[in-house]
Amino acid sequence: MSTIFDLGQPGRNAAAQCAGPDGEALAGLPEAALRTAAPALPEVSELQAVRHYTNLSAKNFSIDGQFYPLGSCTMKYNPRGAHRAASLPGFLGRHPLAPERASQGFMGCLFALQEILKEVTGMAAVSLTPMAGAQGEFAGVAMIRAYHRARGDLERHEILTPDAAHGTNPATAVMCGYTVREVAVDGNGDVDLDALKAAVGPQTAGLMMTNPSTCGVFERQVVQIAQVVHDAGGLLYYDGANLNAILGKVRPADMGFDVLHLNLHKTFATPHGGGGPGAGPVGVGERLLPHLPVPVVARNEDGYRWLTEDDIPGTIGRLSAFAGNAGILLRALAYALMLGRAGMDRVSDFAVLNAAYLATRLKAAGFELAYPNRAATHEFILTLAANAKAHGVSAMDFAKRLLDFGIHAPTTYFPLLVPECFLIEPTETECREELDRFVDAMTAIAEEAERDPENLRTAPHNLPVGRLDDVKAARDLKLRWMPG
Amino acid sequence: MPFIPHTPADEQAMLEQVGVDSIAALFAEIPAELRMGDSPALTHGEAMSEMAMLRWMGERAEQDAGLICFAGAGCYDHHVPAAVWDIAGRGEFMTAYTPYQAEASQGTLQLVFEYQSMMCALTAMDASNASVYDGASGLAEAILMAVRKAARKSRSRRVLMAETLHPHYRDAARNIVTNQGVEIETLPMAEGRCDLQRLPGDAPLAAVVVQQPNFFGLLEDVDRLTDWAKGQGATVVGVVNPLTLSVLKPPGQWGESGADIACGDGQPFGAPMSSGGPSFGFICAKAALTRQLPGRIIGQTEDASGRVGYSLTLQAREQHIRRGKATSNICTNQGLLVTAAAVHMALMGAKGLAAAASASRANTLRLVERLTAVKGVRQLFPGPCFHECALALPRPAGEVLDALLDRGILGGVSLTKHFPELGNALLVCATEKRSDNEIDAYAKALNSVIAG
Amino acid sequence: MSDTPDDLRYASTHEWARLDDGSVVVGISDHAQDALGDVVYVELPELGQEVQAGEEVAVVESVKAASDIYAPVGGVVEAINEALDDGPEVVNQDPYGDGWFFQITPDDETQLEDLLNAEAYAEQCAAEQD
Repeated sequence: MSTIFDLGQPGRNAAAQCAGPDGEALAGLPEAALRTAAPALPEVSELQAVRHYTNLSAKNFSIDGQFYPLGSCTMKYNPRGAHRAASLPGFLGRHPLAPERASQGFMGCLFALQEILKEVTGMAAVSLTPMAGAQGEFAGVAMIRAYHRARGDLERHEILTPDAAHGTNPATAVMCGYTVREVAVDGNGDVDLDALKAAVGPQTAGLMMTNPSTCGVFERQVVQIAQVVHDAGGLLYYDGANLNAILGKVRPADMGFDVLHLNLHKTFATPHGGGGPGAGPVGVGERLLPHLPVPVVARNEDGYRWLTEDDIPGTIGRLSAFAGNAGILLRALAYALMLGRAGMDRVSDFAVLNAAYLATRLKAAGFELAYPNRAATHEFILTLAANAKAHGVSAMDFAKRLLDFGIHAPTTYFPLLVPECFLIEPTETECREELDRFVDAMTAIAEEAERDPENLRTAPHNLPVGRLDDVKAARDLKLRWMPG
Repeated sequence: MPFIPHTPADEQAMLEQVGVDSIAALFAEIPAELRMGDSPALTHGEAMSEMAMLRWMGERAEQDAGLICFAGAGCYDHHVPAAVWDIAGRGEFMTAYTPYQAEASQGTLQLVFEYQSMMCALTAMDASNASVYDGASGLAEAILMAVRKAARKSRSRRVLMAETLHPHYRDAARNIVTNQGVEIETLPMAEGRCDLQRLPGDAPLAAVVVQQPNFFGLLEDVDRLTDWAKGQGATVVGVVNPLTLSVLKPPGQWGESGADIACGDGQPFGAPMSSGGPSFGFICAKAALTRQLPGRIIGQTEDASGRVGYSLTLQAREQHIRRGKATSNICTNQGLLVTAAAVHMALMGAKGLAAAASASRANTLRLVERLTAVKGVRQLFPGPCFHECALALPRPAGEVLDALLDRGILGGVSLTKHFPELGNALLVCATEKRSDNEIDAYAKALNSVIAG
Repeated sequence: MSDTPDDLRYASTHEWARLDDGSVVVGISDHAQDALGDVVYVELPELGQEVQAGEEVAVVESVKAASDIYAPVGGVVEAINEALDDGPEVVNQDPYGDGWFFQITPDDETQLEDLLNAEAYAEQCAAEQD
């Protein structure tokens, strides 16, 4: 399909979008500060632009169009009501630096969300400002660092992560100036407690982990893990990626975590937007309260007010220009209001039921579970290693062929510990018929792998393009349009 | 049950398939002492219908609505063409996942490729990433790019940052990079612009950061600053408002050989003010720094039958592969806002953007003329401003702003907190959306507030 | 089976080193290029850079992985293979020849003796595959 640049003609433009010719307004600016040639932007009519991007949208899979059993991503339905609420003119039109007196409605919403997140996590306080999960992680680890430094404990230079951890955990630790040591996970998907005991020491700043773990199982020894880390003087960080499995049932604070981030675009159903925006609020226990990132909303008898560096002198400070991804926070609040307390509990009930059902049916259909002795949580792992060996087809080939069935592929090759794996997370918002359709598709593909493996290796066949050459993309970098 | 489709019959059949008799049995592996049980009800305990939720949220949105906005300072009340969010709000864009499965994501991938191309054209740079969170956190990433580059040459971790840079950007960037041992020094200002008499000598610098137009809306001598910084072996980072690049010299052409990195906030391109987020941060760079760019990048390639397609590329730099050695921990880009920005730029074109930029400047000049006619109000700094301007007031800015609120006007942003030495100072902005009547209303209101 | 020439020394981190008229030429082994897959980029050290034995001095990337390259001996980088910029695939095609990475003037040639010989390295690779 042509690019928007190819559609243009010199001199054409969407005239209705011109605010009026006012060339003389540039008078008085030094010549040297001005642009000498107009930027090479598209020159198209309004209809051309609208049609081009509408046609492009048709080349996407999306939750609205397809089932996304994408492990660790929690691709649940994004309620339109939440989108409508965040798009109310009063919210969209609020300037971020409007005085508190003119911001009580918005600040009241943020305060309500802070309270809800405190209640579901058991934490003492929440800051909503981190703009995504990775920035939440950064805030959390930066607070751990600030805590140790405030105590004059300057020798702690190492963050521990399970070796099955998501790549952001070690990347975050390094961004915060720490080195990383990985701790082994055993054959049942649990952290190896002896390996952990051997790894902790006076150099340990903290341990980052999620529960359920990236292996899709509940870490049963979490209380012992917390004990080991705390006894060594370290703090425990909860990566909220998998909170959907325990929402309304287990509070991270009760498992011993000192600090956490939540991924509102996962658990609280805000749209993924083709790659973002997200929101990654952080919650802390009492020990890290003095270091919360700002701004935070507080309430007193006069109403709501911002807490800034002046109120929280030990803060790790602000991490964005204003107050984070406010519009995403409003969507998450709207979702939480529509769920209510009982609805939170039901989220994890049915997320886990759907995963258990799908795991059971796939196993019955002949697929191999990576952790057959463990209960599925909200997600589970299949290994396609046997299929790979017998028929020369990889998990990637399975994934690409699933696309032909109108189903988005599960997460592939993560965690790295399990060969040829699929991490599958159906979420609570999918109905049973959709899960059955997934099993049918997987079964059909497994049969095809025996009969015609080449058809998997060359999949997908029914999409706008076939399998793309990633090697060419990386070797012959073309990162922008050039005139032909 | 909101958003959960299971009927009692579904639930029963599924439990039978799994081989347990209740949903509670599915949680058997969780130690009992960790279960929260029936904890105290949440603050908002009862589920609201969509209608009730919209009423509740609507009351709060209404509380803050209706002010005429003369505030800028990094977030601007520009017109957003109607088509922008009609397109970006389509479920196919809004509810898509990150385009890791390229064949099922060609819509988003091609769109972001077009976005990267447009941003390179605006900034006169060679490569753009697919966006980062916002302008301030993006600046931190740009600084870290420069420090990584320096690690192989001068090994300097010193960064010189203009005092005339947005104070929130300075704070956020410092908070993010100092954990890695980066030292930030400030290039002081004189009369609201970088003081070229006080450029530091001696020790090598990893980066020099300049904003154009600067926080006060004034134009810096970016050519001289760039040439000086390059002479010091520093990477030059230009923080820019992308709308102004429709008329101002792009960073890639500053000085003799251009800045190395252009970054900033994309909010003026299709993002409503929305309390400052979500918008998106952009980072564009010269070719030599392409592989130092953090986050996602889209490249053009082909399938087996030679059809052109797009995919995420250079992923080996990213956290999911490179883990602790990644260029950044960033995963997400602000995809939906980039979608809006691409549509916005396509609709506006170079001509429409230049018209919006110059109409904003015309309105700001008109506003400044009217406001400085009020007794005791004057322009704080000499020299031409772009579409923002700092004013000196005869009374504390906070008091004036408060009184203006009662007249339905958001009169700007007080500079007192970050620049107490400037006295009673106020930063004002009038975009292309402000009408003559609104500008008149502000001038009259200010007159009565100050006279009163 | 991957190729492991007898006349080279190997690091356990999969670099090979060859003494060539007083300087040490370095690349990655056939086993390593095969495990990485199609090489798309090599980031080389700076000319004249002083390196320690065991220091990270280069990075080799495929589309699915990136690996650090460690200097097998300490010394000064005297040459880099600039042809890899435009043709990184040569690392896959000819890992022991045109696919070399860089050349070091060693501080101490005897450091080469600390590296593995072909037999020991081949054994290590075989053990990794189990």
